[in-house]
Amino acid sequence: MAEVLVLVDAVDGNIKKATFELLTAARQLGEPAAVVVGAPGTAAGLKDQLAEYGAAKVYVAESDDIAGYSVAPKAEALAAVAQQASPAAVLISSGPENKEIAARLALKLDSGLLYDAVGFDGDGNVTQQIFGAAITVTSKVSKGTPVITVRPNSFAPEAASGAAQEVPVSVSVSDAGKGAKITDTVVEEKGSRPQLSDASVVVSGGRGIGNADNFTIIEKLADSLGAAVGASRAVVDAGWVPHTMQVGQTGVTVSPQLYIAVGISGAIQHRAGMQTSKTIVAINKDPEAPIFELADFGVVGDLFQVAPQLTDEIGKRKG
Amino acid sequence: MNIVVLMKQVPDTEGDRKLAADNTVDRAAVDPVINYIDEFAIEEGLLLKEAHGGEVTILTVGPERATESIRKALSMGADKALHISDEAIHGSDAVATAKILAKALGSVEWDVAIAGSEATDARGAVVPALLAEVLGAPQLTQARKVTVDGSTVTIERVTDTGYEKVEAQTPAVISVVEKINDPRYPSFKGIMAAKSKPIDVKSLSDIGVEAGEVGLSNAWTQVASFENAPPREAGQVVKDEGDGGSKIADFLASKKLI
Ligand SMILES: Cc1cc2nc3c(=O)[nH]c(=O)nc-3n(C[C@H](O)[C@H](O)[C@H](O)COP(=O)(O)OP(=O)(O)OC[C@H]3O[C@@H](n4cnc5c(N)ncnc54)[C@H](O)[C@@H]3O)c2cc1C
Ligand SMILES: Nc1ncnc2c1ncn2[C@@H]1O[C@H](COP(=O)(O)O)[C@@H](O)[C@H]1O
Repeated sequence: MAEVLVLVDAVDGNIKKATFELLTAARQLGEPAAVVVGAPGTAAGLKDQLAEYGAAKVYVAESDDIAGYSVAPKAEALAAVAQQASPAAVLISSGPENKEIAARLALKLDSGLLYDAVGFDGDGNVTQQIFGAAITVTSKVSKGTPVITVRPNSFAPEAASGAAQEVPVSVSVSDAGKGAKITDTVVEEKGSRPQLSDASVVVSGGRGIGNADNFTIIEKLADSLGAAVGASRAVVDAGWVPHTMQVGQTGVTVSPQLYIAVGISGAIQHRAGMQTSKTIVAINKDPEAPIFELADFGVVGDLFQVAPQLTDEIGKRKG
Repeated sequence: MNIVVLMKQVPDTEGDRKLAADNTVDRAAVDPVINYIDEFAIEEGLLLKEAHGGEVTILTVGPERATESIRKALSMGADKALHISDEAIHGSDAVATAKILAKALGSVEWDVAIAGSEATDARGAVVPALLAEVLGAPQLTQARKVTVDGSTVTIERVTDTGYEKVEAQTPAVISVVEKINDPRYPSFKGIMAAKSKPIDVKSLSDIGVEAGEVGLSNAWTQVASFENAPPREAGQVVKDEGDGGSKIADFLASKKLI
């Protein structure tokens, strides 16, 4: 059976759920093989986790230059693996950097690139949702090795045992690949909350929260659910939260199992970033707010009453 | 410094966007506008020019009608434009678009090419990376800040948790995110001046691209079909009567979400 390469996303030795989703999805297309790209030593701590999700092989493409330069070396390393493995497809989870890696990879392999897939059929077609999820498109790569980025939360991860046989691949980053040097990495938001882009649950606050201090209401609700925290642009523009938290057309696109919109009107540009969420809950005092058109469950009421009550209830029910 | 800004014309997201019978974006269905984030790219180009001198050239690959958006960019203060327009481009995918942009850049002098991070029609966010790859030029993308010092360009690249400082030598491909600056509105003077600014319209053969490399039938990906997504099923909306929070909790429990 042909191999399907899955680029592994990990932070501090923890593999992201999106990678397990892709290893699961890859089984529909062939035999999943994980690819670890990073500084020397990255793969060592990841192998066992990859075996649990069915990776038959773990390609290890490690080099000191990979972490030191922006994007291009990762694409070179992944291309080296693809050239060695001749896979049926390469799957990468959608995110700003990963889409850039996928783009460069597709060119290196002379192959078609499909981004933001949300599903596959058996015939090599992928489905994508465009124009704020108003239209579903079925497309296919017609040249080379399909390079496909997949939206997080599109597949439910299912464990399966894999041999996770380690296959080292030598990487030497070209001079062109070292064109953009990373001179500093700055972490602005620490904290233990999940990342917005691939979280299973997202709680977002809008202008209805009134001021920056009140944003703790949103954070408390999010923490009760182990959720990531998002915001509407109105909240970002007001300077209450950083731009990295903006959900929408000009912010992050999320597609979680559960999205809770608190004090958000549901403007089309906001909807463009959250419309494909599986379940949507809204709290808004205006019964006419467009967010209710999308909501599976909505409460017309004052968020200062409803949201804290919900936080308490969740706490109680969790025991 | 020679600054090229990559600007795409897109259907307004406020309109009811559609695909045409050949599965490409129906560019006649909705009024076209400058891709929103590209306004930030234009502004960044103008700011760099103000700080370091030189010229700002708008580069667009798109249909004839893109002239309207190009004029608007010129009225913001850009000096001139290069517009690649050719029937054969219709239906090109991102890879082909990047190849055309690369050839177009080959026909002008440039130190930095500044793009937006993402276009609102296809939402690819891939063209800047593709362009850097085709050109073999450094990629400085997702910038929330751009600083130029001689031939060294440094950006703050937005990451999931903060930012990275990334540094490269010119010529380099940059993409910028929303919020990097405050795009200016065209002034009356700017609008008048734009009318006489040069727009160089070139065909594929003018820049040395074979028609067989681009367009719908040569794309490396094909759209097989599309359909309108079924509308979301109407959910339940209740009025808070002091128990709104617990009602949501009940709903979440019924869905096994808590
Ligand atoms: C080109 C462009 C790009 C954009 N990109 C984005 C984007 O990426 N993301 C985005 O979010 N927006 C984006 N916008 C902005 C978007 O159009 C809206 O302006 C924005 O989403 C509104 O944010 P909001 O819902 O928080 O604020 P509002 O529209 O002001 O809504 C606030 C809501 O809170 C409710 N409320 C107030 N008080 C209470 C209370 N006590 N209890 C309960 N409810 C209350 C109100 O009824 C109202 O519905 C973009 C706009 C443009 C033009
Ligand atoms: N046809 C085009 N002409 C000029 N610039 C483009 C074109 N397509 C994409 N770009 C640039 O690339 C950026 C990202 O586009 P995309 O990868 O399509 O989301 C845009 O914001 C533009 O700056």
